[in-house]
Amino acid sequence: MKMTGAQIVWEAMLREQVKVVFGMPGGANLPIYDALTQYPQIHHVLVRHEQGASHMADGYARVSDEVGVCLVTSGPAATNLVTGLATAMMDSVPMVAITGQVPTSLLGNDAFQETDVTGVTQPVTKHNYLVTDVRELAQVMKEAFHIARTGRPGPVLIDICKDVQNDSTDFVYPEEVTLAGFSPWQGLDEQALGQAVTLIEQAQRPLIIAGHGVQMAHATEQLRKFAEKTEIPMAMTLLGLGNVPETHPLSLGMCGMHGEAHANLAIQECDLLIGVGMRFDDRVTGKLDEFAPKAQIIHLEMDAAEVGKNVHPDVALIADAKDSLQALAAAVPSGRHEAWMAQIQQWRADGEERDILRAEVEELIPPYVMRQLWHATGGDAIIVTDVGQHQMWEAQYYLHQHPHQLLTSGGLGTMGYALPAAIGAQMAAPNMPVWVVAGDGGFQMTLQELGTLAQEKLPIKIAIINNGFLGMVRQWQQLFYGRRYSGTPMLSPDFVQLAAAYDIAGRTVTHKEEVTEALQQAQDHPGPFLLEFRVKEEVNVYPMVAPGANVGELLRRPTIVQGPSGVTPAW
Amino acid sequence: MSTQSTANTLARQHTVVAWLEDKPGVLNRVVGLFRRRNFNIESLTVGPSETPGISRLTFVVDGDDHMVDQAVKQLYKLVNVTKVENITHKPAIKREMALVRVKVDSSTRSEVMQLVDIYRARIVDVSMDSVVVQAVGRQEQIDSLLELLSNYPLLEMVRTGVVAMTRGLVGRNGNGKHKRRAAL
Repeated sequence: MKMTGAQIVWEAMLREQVKVVFGMPGGANLPIYDALTQYPQIHHVLVRHEQGASHMADGYARVSDEVGVCLVTSGPAATNLVTGLATAMMDSVPMVAITGQVPTSLLGNDAFQETDVTGVTQPVTKHNYLVTDVRELAQVMKEAFHIARTGRPGPVLIDICKDVQNDSTDFVYPEEVTLAGFSPWQGLDEQALGQAVTLIEQAQRPLIIAGHGVQMAHATEQLRKFAEKTEIPMAMTLLGLGNVPETHPLSLGMCGMHGEAHANLAIQECDLLIGVGMRFDDRVTGKLDEFAPKAQIIHLEMDAAEVGKNVHPDVALIADAKDSLQALAAAVPSGRHEAWMAQIQQWRADGEERDILRAEVEELIPPYVMRQLWHATGGDAIIVTDVGQHQMWEAQYYLHQHPHQLLTSGGLGTMGYALPAAIGAQMAAPNMPVWVVAGDGGFQMTLQELGTLAQEKLPIKIAIINNGFLGMVRQWQQLFYGRRYSGTPMLSPDFVQLAAAYDIAGRTVTHKEEVTEALQQAQDHPGPFLLEFRVKEEVNVYPMVAPGANVGELLRRPTIVQGPSGVTPAW
Repeated sequence: MSTQSTANTLARQHTVVAWLEDKPGVLNRVVGLFRRRNFNIESLTVGPSETPGISRLTFVVDGDDHMVDQAVKQLYKLVNVTKVENITHKPAIKREMALVRVKVDSSTRSEVMQLVDIYRARIVDVSMDSVVVQAVGRQEQIDSLLELLSNYPLLEMVRTGVVAMTRGLVGRNGNGKHKRRAAL
């Protein structure tokens, strides 16, 4: 059947089960948008800025477990996608980005709104295509979705020349993809498996660090079973939060730069470290030479290039985490590590003693807001955080239970991620409560997407933690740059009034006593609701591993001291 | 750090062969990867292989075993790279070609011709005041010839970089159509 390139784009998407596309029309993708009118089964979300489209596709993909799709025009629209592509690339999120391109006759001529999009996006995509012939388009679409979701997922970009969108050809959608250079490695190395079992049997102080790969592989059940059978405690990376409920007795919460002290001390004291679906990022390892100095290391990872990149494991199982965890759980005998668990419990108790929430702080502080949010939502909401102090407090004080309950830009650290990603998340899970948790700085990077939120009538709740600074940068300036606050104090608009301009209800919260009620009000409100928490300004995230330090040398939460006016923490 | 790993971290030259789909921009992907990952490439040559549609790339990388291992694994991840083989530790034929223009006069021309003869190189162009020498051989042979020729005014020089092929049947386990193992 003869079809135009524009129709082929949508036909392919139907066959790939695409239900929602986030995008913005422009000169070089007009034919695709015109053809969209023939495909009412696909919902199009008009964004306010193309970066928003990329983060929405990202949030949609993480929650729906399907490939997220965004569609924009050439030139500036395509370059606006770059941040979102890089974010998805770093966090292994399956995405297909479609960009319009100038007609083939103008390629390379510096035509209006022409950019070398495949050139620009090459380092931040898993793969990309420039389509200059309509006869290649169906094949390219098929390959792009396949590559995006297969193996270690990632973003794939398709740049389609405008004349290709208008040209017609016989449409045949390929049944299968055969790519000579792309065959995901599956199957376990039996010898390595045997070695891993031996190491686990011998270990006295074993520890698991579980990352995003566990969720991507749908291996949370396998992880829990393996850990329970062997009684091995589990620390999580930021994106690994939710691998097991954080209330699980073997869960140590987050490790790394702002990880819990007991998790980091466990890393430094363990004699066997099992990394699962994680890549030993510098925010996890701290000073690499002094990371887990007493441990032998087993690395369970699907991407062979991650094995030996930062940390050299003694045994590596290069496979899908589900397969490797299942095989390990079947092969290891049950184990108990009472002394080790007791030691960790002692560290944990010390940390709990220092918890700022135990102090009678009268001011409105962010950790309190996060914990109250956890209570208010029953620990069950999808939380989409931005990047900075609030992100770390959320990670510490909201106790996640489910995979992909926390959406955050872990690898790239993209400020401005939260609001658009939450829109994608809500589109993927219309019946789930979705909360944005953002700082005053990051929220202002993509706040124009309030317009998208309003137009789509999404009941997203927004909590802005406003401390009047680029808070995390300010913290570093306080700790490492002599409290010289260079470029970090920030003036913000009245966020509630701003929301009102979009017909979004809101409330400013300035006192601790209001928090619970305000959260309840937001939840009870049928539509979107924005809460601006004007929090104490100079509060720091602890624990903290200073850059260049090993993860055991952390700045602990300050001890809580008894003062004349009661119990106060000494920060 | 154990003695074993100290030995492994010694920097040296590695020779790697990669097979690529012959499509626009593929070489750019490979070179972009080397740049981004900060791999120090000594030489890189690319040309057709025995399989239509598949190009063959030989590159020499300076670094320790860990670095070349990373380079190989990262190359595997490129969708258009069909196979990668590190042949550093395998018996292999490694050759390079150089063209060298040397300034000569009636008194030095025969000296240069003698050197060329010893090195089994050839003179492929002659003019009144210069000759062009074509040399094919191992990298160190070319280095040595160039060092000698530099005693005469050496006017111009070009080297192709190393191309390599394993000896016997070692490593001939495919024509690059399928990866033995892929990392995604």
